[in-house]
Amino acid sequence: MVTRRQTVGAHYGLKDWLLQRATAVLMALYTLLLLAVALWNGGFSYPLWKALFAQGAFRVATFLFMVALLYHAWIGVRDIFMDYIKPVGLRLALQAAAVSVLLLYLGWTIQLLWGVKA
Amino acid sequence: MSATERPMLKPRPVYLDLPRIRLPLPGIVSILHRVSGAALFLFGIPLLLAGAGMSLASPESFAAMTAWVANPLVKLVLLGFAWAYLHHFCAGIRYLLLDLHQGIELPAARRSSVVVLVASVALTLIVGVRLW
Repeated sequence: MVTRRQTVGAHYGLKDWLLQRATAVLMALYTLLLLAVALWNGGFSYPLWKALFAQGAFRVATFLFMVALLYHAWIGVRDIFMDYIKPVGLRLALQAAAVSVLLLYLGWTIQLLWGVKA
Repeated sequence: MSATERPMLKPRPVYLDLPRIRLPLPGIVSILHRVSGAALFLFGIPLLLAGAGMSLASPESFAAMTAWVANPLVKLVLLGFAWAYLHHFCAGIRYLLLDLHQGIELPAARRSSVVVLVASVALTLIVGVRLW
């Protein structure tokens, strides 16, 4: 007979823990890639910068970096809220706000990468 | 041996008086990892997106951004974000290695904490030299 749901001890959060690390590795690789391009060209001029983002592969890499960044940020912020914000209502509200703003950033990213230029 | 069976080697203070808490080096790296992460979430990501948008929109806005970055006060703020990113980066690599059971003994963990603190400041200085 199960009367109480165990809230710790199972592998709740294992997937997030793993994804936090996977996204970190992806971001580190992208950072090194961008650094290499910058060092190779001695910095970025506007034409070079623009040409870089004109390449489909670089846009996809940048998109993957941003998705990794936003998901990584979500896990980190959620951990901070879980550690310090004890009232459940306030914690839920803050988590909802964080998710909203991160989704907003995702939209902003897509608009930057593929949006119609005014 | 579980935590409950561990014999008390020395009396440990039970208080949460923040100014009196002296963190060990790995603890300092840990809390800075959290603080830098929070700062990057709160201000770093929107700044990154705004900067990316401004730099890509037109040659004029690219030039406007370059002029902005030339401001010493803006440079100082950017240097702060550079440190936050670099510290989070270096400390993150340390955690990945700890997860792989590399350097988990106390002396090694202390050494790697110092490496993280020194390396992130050194890399920030390099960024600073490039900025000025």
